[in-house]
Amino acid sequence: MNAIEARGVDVYFGSGAELTRAVNDVSFEVAQGESFGLVGESGSGKSTILRVIAGLVPGWTGEITVAGESLQDEKRSRAFHKKVQMVFQDPYASLHPRQTVDRVLSEAMELQGITDINRRITRLLNDVGLGAGFRFRYPHQLSGGQRQRVAIARALAPEPEILLLDEPTSALDVSVQAEILNLLADLRSELGLTYVMVSHDLGVVGHLCGRAAVMKDGEFVEVLGIDAMRRLDVTQPYTRHLLESSIRSIR
Amino acid sequence: MTHLIDVENLRVTFPTRSGTFEAVRGISFTLGKERLGIVGESGSGKSMTGRALLRLIRPPGQITADRMEMHGQDLLNASEKRMRQVRGRQMSMIMQDPKFSLNPVMTVGQQMIEALRTHEKVSKSRAGERALEMLDEVAIRNPERVLTLYPHEVSGGMGQRIMIAMMLLPKPEILIADEPTSALDVSVQLQVLDIMDKLVKERGMGLIFISHDLNLVAKFCDRIAVMYAGRIVETCKASELGRAKHPYTLGLLNAVPDLEHPRARLDVLKRDPAWREAPSVSARQ
Repeated sequence: MNAIEARGVDVYFGSGAELTRAVNDVSFEVAQGESFGLVGESGSGKSTILRVIAGLVPGWTGEITVAGESLQDEKRSRAFHKKVQMVFQDPYASLHPRQTVDRVLSEAMELQGITDINRRITRLLNDVGLGAGFRFRYPHQLSGGQRQRVAIARALAPEPEILLLDEPTSALDVSVQAEILNLLADLRSELGLTYVMVSHDLGVVGHLCGRAAVMKDGEFVEVLGIDAMRRLDVTQPYTRHLLESSIRSIR
Repeated sequence: MTHLIDVENLRVTFPTRSGTFEAVRGISFTLGKERLGIVGESGSGKSMTGRALLRLIRPPGQITADRMEMHGQDLLNASEKRMRQVRGRQMSMIMQDPKFSLNPVMTVGQQMIEALRTHEKVSKSRAGERALEMLDEVAIRNPERVLTLYPHEVSGGMGQRIMIAMMLLPKPEILIADEPTSALDVSVQLQVLDIMDKLVKERGMGLIFISHDLNLVAKFCDRIAVMYAGRIVETCKASELGRAKHPYTLGLLNAVPDLEHPRARLDVLKRDPAWREAPSVSARQ
């Protein structure tokens, strides 16, 4: 069964002369337990797709089904948020500065009517490698990597099946990025999660995903397996260009 | 041979409620007409080093050093007036994010012309022409139009190229680039770096390239200094990075996910408290 199915998704921003087509006739499916990547330059529409799924973009058209539930507009049921959660790019901006870790995590669980919050917070913090000692800290008392761990714990709090990851490591140092990527890989195998990850870093996508879509100007240029990417076995010149510039930049 | 920059035992300290915090703890280095890369994680003191050279550390932060010279002239005790002549004219800095370092209420042209006329006696129209030529050099198409735009009307990659153009306009001898491309896409990154590299080479400038990306630095610099906790733990030629020995340097190299060489798990840095205490390695030449 597919966790996510999207058919002919279009997104327009603005109106009149300013009308921009941010996403143009995009279709894809993500199998349950799969890890699917969206790569492309900034402005290519990759984050917009995640935001459409999460219900953060008004006025999109097309069909999207997530875990059997058909999505409309921006409305998302509470049950939807129990199944699907999102981790944002910048952990410096995505945590409430005046709420403790405890407050952030318990609010996410209260909304889903989860009981025995006390015990679960301890387990969540252990799961993301922080430990109970971090429970009553404020975001300013945490480093960037620790904040992103809290953001991941927050997303995991309702025990979702699908995680939407919007550049989860691009604000972090390479050494911290390695820790977070390892953590995400471990969580996926332990909890059987489905990931949809947006990144401009092909190394990161190659590490965490099995399949990826290359985007340009709101369209899917090509959907291909990571193995094919490694062999440079691509059909579109744009994909080749992207791969080559990425490989050249790290050599 | 006199160095462009000669620094010995540089320290940057900030007083806090629980004692003084040392962001940079006694580092020494020199810069000739070369490209020196300073690499480290956030908090390793690499940006503070760049700012200290331009004396851009605000009180209560303090800069101390046994020596901090440019062309044999003391920078440490130079007057603020003298520093204003140095900044931009002789030594310039490209900041990380063009969104925050360009003036949002001036057009690109206005701020480029202002930057030039602060340091050189040139007419407005001549400054405008020079700005145009410079934008052309950083591969901006249609520079006449770009001069009339405001910073929010240009993309990140273009903003960063405008920054580079603006900083190079008064023809400084030393350029400090503080993570010049980390806010940009991979494909734009290379383009911006190539442009910077070409200009630095053509003009025979000294470049200090500050970044957290060791591989990128190895590609664009001649010499690398790796910083950890305010000290230099290792220094080597960029071409000899493969023979780096310090476990921290190796850790940084191995932490990067690589599309071509997949690994089940990425290596995670195990920080040894002894690294903090080890004396700083000198990067003088």
